Order: sequence, then structure tokens, then C-alpha cells
Amino acid sequence: MRPLSNGDFRLDPRDRGGPLQPLLIARDLRKHFPVKGTGGKSVKAVDGVSFTVRKGETLGVVGESGCGKSTLARLLLHLVVPDAGELVFDGDLVDTRELPVDELRRQVQIVFQDSYSSLNPRMPVRDSVAFGPFVQGKKKQQARDIAGEMLGKVGLDPDLFGPRYPHELSGGQKQRVNIARALATDPRMVILDEPVSALDKSVEAQVLNLLRGLKRQFNLTYLFISHDLNVVRYLSDRVLVMYLGRAVEIGPIDAVFERPLHPYTRALLASRPSMDPARRIEEAPISGDPPNPIDPPSGCRFHTRCPFAETPCETTDPALGIWEGPQSHVAACHMHDVASGHSRLAYG
Amino acid sequence: MSRPATCTMWPRVTAGWLMAEPMASGTGALAEVSDLTVRFVTREATVHAVNGVSFRVQPGEVLCILGESGSGKTVTLRALMRLLPPRRTQITGTVRVDGHDVLGMRPRALRDLRGGLVAMVFQEPMTALDPVYTVGQQIGETLRRHTCCDRRAARARALELLELVRIPSAERRLDAYPHELSGGLRQRAMIAMALSCNPRLLLADEPTTALDATVQVQVLVLLRRLQRELGMGMIFVTHDIGVAAEIADTVAVMYAGRIVESGPVARVLQAPAHPYTAGLLASTVHGQPRERDIDAIPGSPPDLRRLPPGCSFAPRCPRQTADCRRAFPEPRFPELDHMAACFAVMGAVGVPS
Repeated sequence: MRPLSNGDFRLDPRDRGGPLQPLLIARDLRKHFPVKGTGGKSVKAVDGVSFTVRKGETLGVVGESGCGKSTLARLLLHLVVPDAGELVFDGDLVDTRELPVDELRRQVQIVFQDSYSSLNPRMPVRDSVAFGPFVQGKKKQQARDIAGEMLGKVGLDPDLFGPRYPHELSGGQKQRVNIARALATDPRMVILDEPVSALDKSVEAQVLNLLRGLKRQFNLTYLFISHDLNVVRYLSDRVLVMYLGRAVEIGPIDAVFERPLHPYTRALLASRPSMDPARRIEEAPISGDPPNPIDPPSGCRFHTRCPFAETPCETTDPALGIWEGPQSHVAACHMHDVASGHSRLAYG
Repeated sequence: MSRPATCTMWPRVTAGWLMAEPMASGTGALAEVSDLTVRFVTREATVHAVNGVSFRVQPGEVLCILGESGSGKTVTLRALMRLLPPRRTQITGTVRVDGHDVLGMRPRALRDLRGGLVAMVFQEPMTALDPVYTVGQQIGETLRRHTCCDRRAARARALELLELVRIPSAERRLDAYPHELSGGLRQRAMIAMALSCNPRLLLADEPTTALDATVQVQVLVLLRRLQRELGMGMIFVTHDIGVAAEIADTVAVMYAGRIVESGPVARVLQAPAHPYTAGLLASTVHGQPRERDIDAIPGSPPDLRRLPPGCSFAPRCPRQTADCRRAFPEPRFPELDHMAACFAVMGAVGVPS
């Protein structure tokens, strides 16, 4: 097993809890969006998700569309207010007197997937980058200086690109501006919500390299959301697998990729194209699409597509197990629970 | 290759206007494109989207056009069906499909061609399907346009097609509107519609890009099976090397409106000859060690309004020389069926017999 990459992590002067206190603890986060015209039904976008993000690590979050990963990103910043659950940032409970939401947003920033719609089209990108520090109390000139410096850090010449408007930049350049904008307020943690999904492969590689470099340089902690498992494996230390609003597996990246516990994780991994025409996928690992999150299946939400589903899977919701440990590798599956009554416990 | 029994009762449509076209081209190729250029002309600028593309597709062959956004892959595909806006587009070169000259076709013949001889599967099934008609109605419309069968026969055939593309409870789905289907089922319905008149050539424009990973592989496996069973030729456009590796027989890599490398999929992906193909492979994340940076291609693709002279990839190329900026390299053949347009490639120069 790869040693946890906490080695080169330097403690921040703003640190409160010490190196062992996780930077972020999410406990039983829940967000249901009511849907009009369905008689009070709701989309269970995030339905009881718990995890920790340790200082200096990158936690990858993977899952298919509709599994709640983007809602999760917004919940962590209170861009969408959770219905239930608690967030603890470096030992302080978020949205209380200990850590008000705007104080949280000084320390946690986000980069969205759509690089164009997350920049103001009527503002030169330099001003977009300067906006954060300015709002947080810096003088106008100071904020501009920070913006110039940040544009330089993400590989854009501030004199050449700073005065341009978003529509004058390519997708990769816009995403670099968004990264600069996120870093301009000097955050400790950055949430990356599919930051490279809309980019071409040759540009994607450049941005991934940039993100790696910035993490080291600014001593950052990342939450990296993606549907591309190869990218997640390259960038993350641990990974959280989501399915229909639930966390189904969490663990160190190599453990999850080499010995996946949950049948869904195994199907996701087996669905990756092989990159080798001689070893093509002959049969799809699982059939069907993810079900509608308005009416998720009873019991284990994956049982409708799971090749190993049995009676307990249809009736009882499997628990994730002890997820708090930095090395714990657990899955919410009855096949890993001796008391569940499932006939196949071979994987445990 | 034999067709499954369900399809034999439906003869391919060659009635009417298409028959009047002369049968030419002695190569036996199903689709033959030579020296295709496409320009989009507006008052401000001229976009050189496709700059001299030539390729052939044999019956039963899958050609994958691989390229990044703006490489001209989708425009090339659309030119095969003449789906580009006629007022603003200048097309030169020749496009032959099954012997028919597509670029010289009259509008009536073109309508027979589209959906009959050649069919297309689009990237976004939600926008390609009409939201106010049921899936069954839309498949039936295509059938009745091309085969003069009645409503009931069209419905029976539509049901058959939904079963062919493995849509569960097909009978019920026939009367479903597109928004009532999941993404994967919508794409299957669109494939069913494309297959309805037994096309000889199927064009697929990133048909799996909008789908989830577990659904993408289902659709790829399905398309490959159908293509083999029905003996269709297929041109498949994608930006994803992994998808190309799953489905292609031959690959054509496009950059700035030109094919820079082409050949059998295994050779192109395992022994890429062109620096751009090699760079694209290296920058696609697939199990590289985490400790090192990815070998990214520096810079960004050129502006198609102001293409530099010579090789378009030269400004980003690790192997560029002064020659590269002067002229576009003529095709070279490191292997008999493997082409790369690059001065640095060793091999026979020119067009093989």
C-alpha cells in the first residue's frame, strides 16, 4: 500500500486542529430537491453522505450523472444549504458562531466544470480574479496585484490575458482563469467539480499538471470530482464512490482500484475502455441506466442492476461501515456484512 | 455475412431518384472522399474547417475519425450527408457513397439518400429526437418516407427495431416520448431509427460522449454487434482514444482540418508515427505514474481562420524543423496501409497504388 502522502504537508498558520484533525468532516449530509407536479416527491440528490478530507490530501469523488456529486460540492460550500447533516471544517462546526459561512468560503473555494458560465462575460478576466480579494477587504490596487500574480501562476501572461474578456479565451485558458480566481482568496481547500471534463485531452493534461503543481506550491487540499476514473486515479489519494445520492465505497485509491469491494465500483472500473484493440470489452459489465433519483429503489439502491442481488438487498439498506479512519476501505454492500443474510460473503 | 432473419423482409431502398444516379467508381469502396475541403464564409472571416481530406471506407468496415474539438471531424462527417448550411458553406472535392456523387446530388435524390442509404446517429439524442412525437411515430415516419409501407407495418417494424437494439419492454417504449426515456434508452432509440431502412453506411457523431461510463460501454458493444450482423460500413467520430480502440478497424487522426495519420487501429495506437498522435496518446491519462507530470502537448490548436503555412501542428511539435513551416508534408507510408503526414516519418512518399 502506498504511504499516505502527508509527508511534505506543511501546517498552515491558520491551522487550528493540528495535523491529525481532518480538514473537513461531512456527517450524514442530506439534500432533497422537491419536484413540482409529482405530489410532494423529491429528488434525493444527496441522501446521507459522510466522509472526511484529511489535510493535504486529494479526495476523489466518482459516480455517474445524477449520483449527487455536484450537489455534494455545492453543499460543502453552502451554495446549496443542506437539509440535514453537519459539516466540520478544521474542528469548527460550519454555519454556527464558530465558523460562519462567509468565513468558510474564505478558506474553501470551488472551480466549476463550465469555464465560460462561471466567469462574468462583461468583465475582463483580471477583474474577475481580483473580485474575490476585493470583496474580502483588500484595496482595489492590492486586489489587482494579486490577480496579476495569480494569472501568472496559472501560466497566463497577466499583461496579455488580463485585459481580455472570457469570450476571447479558449476553454483551457478560461479554466486556468477560474483556477486563478479560486486561488486569489488564498484558500486552504479547493473543490474541483469536473474541472477538466469539458477540455480536449491535450489541454486536459496541461491543466492536470497545473493543478498538481499548485497543490504543492500553495499547500492545498483538494476535493476532486470527476466521472473519469483514470483522471481520478492519477490525482487522488483516496476516493469516494457515489451511486444515487449515497456513498457506496470509500478507501485509499490503490486499494479501491485494485480490490474494489462494491459490485458497482467493480462495474464502473470494468466499463473503462481498455485502450488496446486486442483486448476489447466483449460484454457490458452491467445493463441498464442508473434509476431515477426521484424514486430510488428500496433497500440497496444498486440492487436493480446488481448481478449478486438477493432478498436482503431489496429490503434492507446496507450500511457503509466504519469510514472515519484514514486507511479504512469500506463498502455499503450486504456481501461484506456477516449479519446481512446474503449468501455470498466470499469477498469480505 | 448474413443478415438476421428479421431484416430480410425489408429490401434496401433504392427506388426512385437514387437509381437514376450513375454508378461509377471502380474501387468497390462504400464511401470515398477525395480532397474534400470545407470553408465557412462569413463577412468577418473564412473558417478553413476541412483542408483536403481523403479516405475510403469498404463495406463492413469501421473507420474512426479521431480528433479534438475544432479538428474538422464532425464537419467531414456532415459533408458525407451534405448536412452543412448551404448558403455559408463552400465545399470542394468529391464525396461518393455507394457510387453516388453526394456533392452533385439534386435535392430529391439527397432526401432519398439521407436516412435510406446513409443514416446518422447524433451525439445528443435529446436534441436529435423530436420532443412532441413518440419514439414509434418518429421511427415510423422514416420508414414510411423511404419504403411506402402503411402505418401498421411501420409500427410492427419499429417494434422489431426497438427489440433489435435491446430496449427492454419495447412495446411500451414505442409509445413513449423522448423525455420519458433515460439517456441510454434514448440513444438506443436513435440507433433504431437510423437502422430502420437498412442503411449501408452508418455515420455516428460521438454517439456515446453524452452517456455515463457504464452506459457508454453498453452502447459501444451494441453498435459493434449491429454493425457486424448487418454488415454495414460505419464512420465513427470521437475525441476519445479509448472509444476508438473499442470500436475501430481503421483510424484517421485529424488535426486542424487535415488527416495527419491513418491506418489499422492497432498500428496507429501502438506505433503512432505522427508526433500529434503520439502526443495525444501520452496526454490521455491511463495509468501513468502519479509521481510524474503527464507529457502534455504544449500550446493550443491553431485558429482555423488564420492557419499558418506548412504543417499546422509545427508550432506545438517537439520534432519541428524549418521545413515544417514551409509546406504541408505530403503523406508518407511507414507501412503499406499506415499513413502519416510528417517530414520526420521515414517511409515511402506519395500515394500508394
